[in-house]
Amino acid sequence: MKIMTCPINGPRPISEFITAGAVKPMPNPQTADDLTWADYVFNHDSVPGVKREWWCHTPSNTWFIAERHTRTDEIVRTYLWEAA
Amino acid sequence: MPLRLLKFGLVKSYPESRMFRQRDRLRPTYDAVIIGGGGHGLATAYYLAKDHGINNVAVLERGYLGGGNTGRNTTIIRSNYLTPAGVKFYDQSLRLWQALSETLDLNLFYTNRGHFTLAHTEASLRTLRWRAEVNKHYGIDSEVVDPQTVQAACPHMDLDCGGAPVMGALYHAPGSIARHDAVAWGYGREADRQGVEIHQQTEVTGIRVEGGRVTGVETIRGAIATPKVICAVAGFTPRILDWVGLRSPLKIHPLQAMVSEPMKAWLDPIIVSSSLHVYVSQTARGELVMGASLDPYELHSTRSTLDFAEGLAARMLDLFPFLSQAKVVRQWAGMADMTPDFAPIMGKTDIEGFYLDAGWGTWGFKATPICGKTMAETVARDRNHELIREFSLDRFSKYALVGEKGAASVGH
Repeated sequence: MKIMTCPINGPRPISEFITAGAVKPMPNPQTADDLTWADYVFNHDSVPGVKREWWCHTPSNTWFIAERHTRTDEIVRTYLWEAA
Repeated sequence: MPLRLLKFGLVKSYPESRMFRQRDRLRPTYDAVIIGGGGHGLATAYYLAKDHGINNVAVLERGYLGGGNTGRNTTIIRSNYLTPAGVKFYDQSLRLWQALSETLDLNLFYTNRGHFTLAHTEASLRTLRWRAEVNKHYGIDSEVVDPQTVQAACPHMDLDCGGAPVMGALYHAPGSIARHDAVAWGYGREADRQGVEIHQQTEVTGIRVEGGRVTGVETIRGAIATPKVICAVAGFTPRILDWVGLRSPLKIHPLQAMVSEPMKAWLDPIIVSSSLHVYVSQTARGELVMGASLDPYELHSTRSTLDFAEGLAARMLDLFPFLSQAKVVRQWAGMADMTPDFAPIMGKTDIEGFYLDAGWGTWGFKATPICGKTMAETVARDRNHELIREFSLDRFSKYALVGEKGAASVGH
C-alpha cells in the first residue's frame, strides 16, 4: 500500500488518511461579491502538478499539509500548518 | 449471415473495408474541430454531418479511437436518475441506444438485462423511493421492489450481504449493457462515411483565441484554422480549459474496474449496490465486469491499485460468496472528470466558438448518443440545446447546481 508520512505519527498506510482538497486562501465572506465567492467555493485548479493539499491522519485526527504531484502521485513533503 | 461468413473463409483478402479512412494530412481549415476521438466526440461528429449537414469536420485524437473512457467504463446503460434534468436527458439517450445498432449498421451487442440498485439501509431505500417517483413522473420504467424479487431475479445472491442485508431495490427494466468500443467504431465509421475526417495520433497542443473567439487549434501535425472547437476529452479537460483561460470545478479522480475470467452464464441482471460500492454485470463472453467507487483523492493517472482489487473482491464475496475461487484477469482505470453536483458540463462557454462536453465523471458512456445529438445541435445553431441548458458551465457562478445524486459510485 502507498505510504504517507504524517508529521506527528510518521509513515503510515494511505488508507489512514483523508484529504480535504486544495489549500487556498478564503476571500472575506463579508466583502466578497457572489462571483468571487462562487469561484472560491466551486472552482478548482485542476491542471496536474505539485499541489498543496489539506490531509488528515484520521486515527489521530492530525491535520497537516501535503505537497503532492497530482499526475505522478509522488508525495513531495508533508508538514504542519504552523511549520508553513 | 452464414453466407457472408463463408465469404470470409473463401476469399484471399479480407472482404470488409476498414472502419474509417486513414487520412494522410490535415486540411488547413475545417468548419469545426472536435478534440477527442471517444464516443462523445465521434457521436457529435456523426450527428453534425447527419442531422445538420456539417461534414467539413476533423476529429483529433491523441491516441487511438475509443482508447480513453469510452473503452474503460463498465458499459451500463440506464436512465433512472434523480433530477428532472438528468432523467429527461438520459431517457432520450436510452431511446437512441435502443435503435443504435440499426442506426449505425453495426452489432453493438446491446442487451437489455434489467438493473437492480440495492438498498442496505433505510436511508438508501428512501433515496430509491424518491428516485422511483421522479422516474415514474417522467414515464421511466422504474419501481422499488422487495428483497424476494431481487432473489428471484438473481438466485445466486446472498441477501444477507455479510451483515448488511438487502432491504429492497430500485428495479429499472430497461437497464442494458453494450459493447463499448464498438460504439466508438460505429460512430466513427458512419461519421467517416458522411465525410468527417478522423485523425488518430494527432495531439492538440494549443487553442488559438483572438478577441474572445476561437480561430484555430495547434497540433503536433501543424496548425488548423477553425471557428468552432468542441472539447470532449474527459480527464484531460482541465489542461485544455487552462489554455483558453476558463475556470471550472472539475476534479480528476481515477475510476478503476476489473473483469473476472469467463464463466457459465449465471447473472442476467445488472446489480448495483451503492452502499457496498459494487456494480457488476456479466458480458456475453461470460466475464463479470465489476466496478466500484472513485479513488479517494485527485490524481491524473490511469494506474491500478491492489487496494482497489482487494476491496472490490471482498465486497463481491459479500454479495456472491460462491465466487471465492473465481480469478480476476484484468484491471484498469480511467480518468473521471468529476463535478460537485454529479451532472455534466455541456454547451457554449464564454469564449465564442468553444464548446465544452465535459464533467462526465462516472456517467458518460450511457449518455454517448444524446451527447452527440445535443452537442451537434448546439454547435450547428450556436445555441444550447434545450436538454442541456441546465448543464452549462456558468451554473456554478449562478449557484444553480443540478444535484444529481442518482449517479453511479456516489455515496448516498
